[in-house]
Amino acid sequence: MGVLVHENFEFIVQGITGREALNFTRECLQYGSKIVGGVTPGRGGREVYGVPVYDTVREITAKRKVDGSVITVPAAFAADAALEAIDAGIKLLVIITEGIPRRDASMLIEYATLHGARVIGPNCLGVIIPDVCRFGSLGGPAVDCRKAFKPGIVGVMSRSGGMTTEICNALSAAGLGESTAISVGGDPVIGSTYSELMPLFEADPATKAVVIYSEPGGSSEAELARWAKENESRLPIVAFVAGRFMDEMPGMSFGHAGTVVDKKVDSPADKIRRMREAGISVADDIGDIPRLVKERLAGAGA
Amino acid sequence: MRFYESETKKLIARHGVGVPKSGVARTPADAERLAGELGAPVVLKAQMLAYGKARSDTVRTAATPADAAKVAAELLALDDGGRKPAGVLVEKRPAATGEWSLAFTYDGTAKKPVMIGAAEPGNVEDIADRDPSKVVRRHFSALVPFSDYLAKEMVVALGAKSPDVPKMTAAVSRLAQLFLRYDLTQLDVFSLGRLEDGSFVAIDARSDMEVEGRPRQKAILAELGIAEDDRRLVREPTPFEIEAAKIDAEDPRGVAGPVVEFDGNIGLVIGAGGGSLTLTDAVRRVGGRPANYAALGGNPSVRKAQRLTKLILSKPGVKQIAVMSNVVSNTRADLVARGVIKGVIEAGLDPAKTIAIFRVPGAWEADAAKILEKYGVEYCDRTVSISEAAKRAVDKIGR
Repeated sequence: MGVLVHENFEFIVQGITGREALNFTRECLQYGSKIVGGVTPGRGGREVYGVPVYDTVREITAKRKVDGSVITVPAAFAADAALEAIDAGIKLLVIITEGIPRRDASMLIEYATLHGARVIGPNCLGVIIPDVCRFGSLGGPAVDCRKAFKPGIVGVMSRSGGMTTEICNALSAAGLGESTAISVGGDPVIGSTYSELMPLFEADPATKAVVIYSEPGGSSEAELARWAKENESRLPIVAFVAGRFMDEMPGMSFGHAGTVVDKKVDSPADKIRRMREAGISVADDIGDIPRLVKERLAGAGA
Repeated sequence: MRFYESETKKLIARHGVGVPKSGVARTPADAERLAGELGAPVVLKAQMLAYGKARSDTVRTAATPADAAKVAAELLALDDGGRKPAGVLVEKRPAATGEWSLAFTYDGTAKKPVMIGAAEPGNVEDIADRDPSKVVRRHFSALVPFSDYLAKEMVVALGAKSPDVPKMTAAVSRLAQLFLRYDLTQLDVFSLGRLEDGSFVAIDARSDMEVEGRPRQKAILAELGIAEDDRRLVREPTPFEIEAAKIDAEDPRGVAGPVVEFDGNIGLVIGAGGGSLTLTDAVRRVGGRPANYAALGGNPSVRKAQRLTKLILSKPGVKQIAVMSNVVSNTRADLVARGVIKGVIEAGLDPAKTIAIFRVPGAWEADAAKILEKYGVEYCDRTVSISEAAKRAVDKIGR
């Protein structure tokens, strides 16, 4: 099982002829993902590693079912690309593009919601169910990706794409593995937050625990803490909050666009306090995550 | 990117919401003259970005023009993150018969713009902290054009008297629209005042424009006289940081930066994004003192890694560096290895002694290992955690 994607998940890549898109298209295909088309206006009729390229999304959706789209077009065109995918009936978008102004992000997410589509990102690397489906650019070359991600029992959600791989690598090495890993995105406005994705993991029989990687900035950790308090989840949650040094540097942004300490709720100290109060285990040391997951699983009698 | 209050007021006035009569003084003599013209008493506001500073430190009143000159001299001498204030805004404070506070921002949970208000002046977030029941919140849309009824519901909820509703609605609606139009991330009106004649005036205000929105906001930025390279950072960059930005800008391959200077002894060449946050914390957690924050990401060229390494080693007190990253996908570990070794050699140092630890697991790691072995550099693979690698680096370099 796992969440969001599955064995027969078929997706397209918008902006497929870009440099990064070429790389991850090849990597996804080598990993076994089913990419059924690509879109780059002006490049219709070409092929990318055997994947046909079209000028519009509808040319693909007119002929066949498409479950998802990875969007990697430049920031100025990203909202347009998302609306095109949503209007063509695609229900799951991974937006990798970085630097989309939040007005555009908010606009396209509202549009997606009105049309029953879900957005992961922007500024994320996508979703992976180890050995089943990779939807996006998590993990790099297929051979490296297989080293870091192993099938298992932990649902992972991370605001950092790179740290998704790092944490999954540690969980895999500890013999826990991942049910699904989701890079949710590093921007201040993202399509799917921790608390919105929790019910999916909750309903997934393969997931026995959840690991969260978070950063300064924003209210999604406070929201997760509220969710954890209000819902009697069967899943133990282990979190890690990076960027504690930023508490001493208000107003400065490090790492990602959404990573800044301005209001109280932004601060790592505040996030850690709220999550601990809600029964979430917060690792002080990144290396402690696998041990904490095992302890919580043992405590839960799993 | 933060606007000075005088700039925020220009945006507000441009969209038909009243602001106090004012002028910007560059010198104490200017302030004295302006106070005379406007009619003392006046309010003087140092034009500062003032990140993390209390407003009370930068806003003063003056009873007479002579007093205004004296106060302006003090305000102009304030430090604003290594900058001097960009003048003093001298304002005639209008007599208000009622005051409200408003804030416009994005709510990451609802993923929508939101307006927040209270029926008293001040920072609405602080008011909400003290007493959440005083605060009214209304989400609006970045998809559907702003509709006045949203502002109307807001002002009625904030206790506006019926005859005042149309004019106050118009003011709030215009503020919401300019918030969206100029890609602002935050618009605070600390005081929206109702004057004797029933009009509404933004008495105190502050706003920030999203950096990512700047490319499509060139016209208004030009109108406000804000140069493209005016970045309005929390503090002025140091020469070290300026040099690092140059290294990044001169080579489009990969990303080196931002680079931020600290005062420690451990030079850091570390992976970008979340990895950089985690690694900086990990070094500090075991008592290490980073000399810098530097994020090397994307797929940087050998030359970029080389120049960044050499720059970090040029910092006084930095004799050794730690090269660390999360498990990489895009970044090629072998190119980073070659770059940092070249940078160390170019700085006239021995890679084996200078690179305390190399931990960049992931893409092309086997090729990286070969290069590192050749130069006798201590390295570790993905079986060594970020925290363990940081500890080894700190143990070797010293606390």
